[in-house]
Amino acid sequence: MAHGPAKGFTRWLYTTNHKDIGSMYLWFSFAMFLLGGVFALVIRAELFEPGLQIVEPELFNQMTTMHGLVMVFGAVMPAFVGLANWMIPMMLGAPDMALPRMNNWSFWILPFAFAMMTSTLFMEGGAPNFGWTFYAPLSTTYAPPSVTFFIFAVHIMGASSIMGAINIIATIMNMRAPGMTYMKMPLFVWTWFITAYLLIAVMPVLAGVVTMMLFDIHFGTSFFDAAGGGDPVLFQHVFWFFGHPEVYIMILPAFGIVSAIIPTFARKPLFGYSSMVYATASIAFLSFVVWAHHMFTVGMPLAGELAFMYMTMLIAVPTGVKVFNWVTTMFKGSMTFETPMLFSIAFVILFSIGGFSGLMLAIAPADFQYHDTYFVVAHFHYVLVPGAIFSITAGVYYWLPKWCGNMYNETMGKTHFWTAFIGLNLTFFPMHFAGLSGMPRRIPDYNMMFADWNMISSVGAFLFGAAQILFLFNVIATIRGGKKATDEVWENPEGLEWTVASPAPYHTFSKPPQVS
Amino acid sequence: MLYRARSLLSRLLAVCLMAAVPMQSMAEKEVERWGLNMTEGVTTVSRDIFGLHMNILWWCVGIGVVVFGVMFYTMLAHRKSKGAKAENFHESTTLEIIWTVIPFVILIIMAIPATTTLKQIYDTEEADMDVVITGYQWKWKYEYLGQDVSFFSLLSTPIEEIQNLKEKNPNYLLEVDEPLVIPINKKVRFLITANDVIHSWWVPDLAVKKDAIPGFMNAAWTRVDEPGIYRGQCAELCGKDHGFMPIVVKAVPQEEYDQWISERREMAAKLKAMANQTFSFDELYSKGEQVYNTVCAACHQANGEGIPPTFPAIKGSPVATGPLAGHMDMVINGSRTNPAMAAFGDQLSEVDLAAVVTFQRNAFGNNMGDTIQPIDVLKAKQQ
Repeated sequence: MAHGPAKGFTRWLYTTNHKDIGSMYLWFSFAMFLLGGVFALVIRAELFEPGLQIVEPELFNQMTTMHGLVMVFGAVMPAFVGLANWMIPMMLGAPDMALPRMNNWSFWILPFAFAMMTSTLFMEGGAPNFGWTFYAPLSTTYAPPSVTFFIFAVHIMGASSIMGAINIIATIMNMRAPGMTYMKMPLFVWTWFITAYLLIAVMPVLAGVVTMMLFDIHFGTSFFDAAGGGDPVLFQHVFWFFGHPEVYIMILPAFGIVSAIIPTFARKPLFGYSSMVYATASIAFLSFVVWAHHMFTVGMPLAGELAFMYMTMLIAVPTGVKVFNWVTTMFKGSMTFETPMLFSIAFVILFSIGGFSGLMLAIAPADFQYHDTYFVVAHFHYVLVPGAIFSITAGVYYWLPKWCGNMYNETMGKTHFWTAFIGLNLTFFPMHFAGLSGMPRRIPDYNMMFADWNMISSVGAFLFGAAQILFLFNVIATIRGGKKATDEVWENPEGLEWTVASPAPYHTFSKPPQVS
Repeated sequence: MLYRARSLLSRLLAVCLMAAVPMQSMAEKEVERWGLNMTEGVTTVSRDIFGLHMNILWWCVGIGVVVFGVMFYTMLAHRKSKGAKAENFHESTTLEIIWTVIPFVILIIMAIPATTTLKQIYDTEEADMDVVITGYQWKWKYEYLGQDVSFFSLLSTPIEEIQNLKEKNPNYLLEVDEPLVIPINKKVRFLITANDVIHSWWVPDLAVKKDAIPGFMNAAWTRVDEPGIYRGQCAELCGKDHGFMPIVVKAVPQEEYDQWISERREMAAKLKAMANQTFSFDELYSKGEQVYNTVCAACHQANGEGIPPTFPAIKGSPVATGPLAGHMDMVINGSRTNPAMAAFGDQLSEVDLAAVVTFQRNAFGNNMGDTIQPIDVLKAKQQ
């Protein structure tokens, strides 16, 4: 019954094929990654030197806001959904996602959401300029008129994420091949399974908070306006109840990818599979009870402050377990260092550095000095760039030969890695120093004492940006041709995805495999 | 040679040779560059926090050395190219328990001193004096409770320095017209709030960072050991000029503080008396220009053209060229439709209000020709 894809544009518009939808998610995410990157480079260009030279403060604030929103909702989240679409059915031995039509819908509303959000840049009064965390009342009473479009765009993104999550849960629960018990699922499937529950739990909270904003702005309520009996801090509580699990939504699937890649190139099974599953679940659980560590300076009572500090510190334990397991997986293996492995090793090291600064930030009294400085910017970029972005890149290099049947150019891949690695550290490491010496975040201009670190960061940012062009070039070249990949692609990799032909046929596992 | 004069190339070179000591001229030495670490500050709390920071940092470094050490060892020793054969072990409950328990113990060791310091920070009782700090877009107001002294503190860096038309002075963006003056060795309590959006009052040397939230009052305190000038910035994104509302605290010995506060009290009394005087058009116009440039120009721009639609133009505006009562109402009570236009009735003195309205109605080609006296402002306020 297998048949090929339809021809022309309708193939993409009407498709219910998980591989097509996965590809569309990935390309969309890459486009957003470049757009968000351009916003970041505007910021870094302005901060190259003290003084105002390239953009006015108004536009600068729009750039920081749009950079954050586009990267979080446009680049990282859709990339993980794209990888899930491609890989979860193939890893489970399923023919497709459980709800293919909803899959199509959840992708196709995204471009509209982002078109709407990007269009605010051209509106009177400009794009949202209140930071990606959009604290009220800056984002309500004092917001530009375009905030309403922003709210609508967030609603659409949320709907897309919820549909994606429902689909993933339905697939994992119902479509596993015979013999594929829960504790036999690859970790990428496990981490996505848990992530999907996080999404379903918190995206409605985000929808709630933007709706409350909408009511404050247009319908005369005062949820976040003290003058009407509301509370601006309520906004932060609700936002971070979404926002903190959101952080883990952007990192748990990364754990899954790295847990697939490291064993392959260490030629040794993943160490502590079940403890990895439990650690992921504990991190997910803890993510719901630590949100107020983003708000240590709002003036919470001492008891609240202490509770959130202890809970936050506790996250270091399961996260540590994961890092130790990866290192032990490598230990006494037989390692080679192909591009996916390089990105994965860099992930483990740099994500740990981000974890260390996270532990420092958890210490509430010390956070009074770190909070809202470049130290925080350094911290979350260390967990997001080498965390989410590097793992996605590693995943693309790892599975690309399976997707398109050709091997990528290893030299170009390694060049990409080293350029990105150097660029990223040049960009974000000096931010620790700028922050510790007192530079607040989200400022368009600064005293000369921060000048040198900022100049290094800016140089690094452009280098990191250039590396991504190399990535794009390498991927396109691989899709168009190159050495044929074998069905296994790598040496004895684990997983059902390697049992199908390369490139993976349009329909795989029409008959479920038997998992022993 | 000052900051801007140094060529871009030599700065880039200095950046490339990070380890090398950058060539510095006399003037530049005033700015401490290449700062690496948090300040120890000048209070007991700030030193405690610095201690906590260094403590957790060294724990992290230690853990990092061990974990990354094992990683690099295995990357060098267990390579396929060196003929390493992979072993097959993949489980050990003992190991999992060990590396769960050890971090947990380290965390407890860290949590104890952190808790002690936090309790100390939260002890805002029994202060020797209180200062109410109010954040505005984009300035700070300091009000000495029970002293009848209050004033605004605004960025004093000239716009030419920001626009790269003049050399930047060492305190670029970290200087204000009127610093907050406090006595040393006294427990000073800060009661922090905001008038419009959320701001955050932060002075690293005092280790005080507290959000200023409209409609709510937060408390913080400090006891400074050493006289000196301590600089900080607003730490919460608060709109367009978030990067341009610094904080300067001047800590002085008690006698000097007493003298300063009595001078401020006299000044306040004089200012009140001035509300009954009559001024000439020229006096009001030039005073008004001054007030306009410090208070209004941030939004309405020095040329009066504004940044529409949020910040409308003064030049030819229907308000500034319309009936006087409407113009006074706008300045005193703020806009009823656009929250960006704050109420300045309580922010400025009657003389300043009269002067600035006079200026706005006659500058930028508005040429309304009217002169507004402080007494007119008083009348308008009473309506």
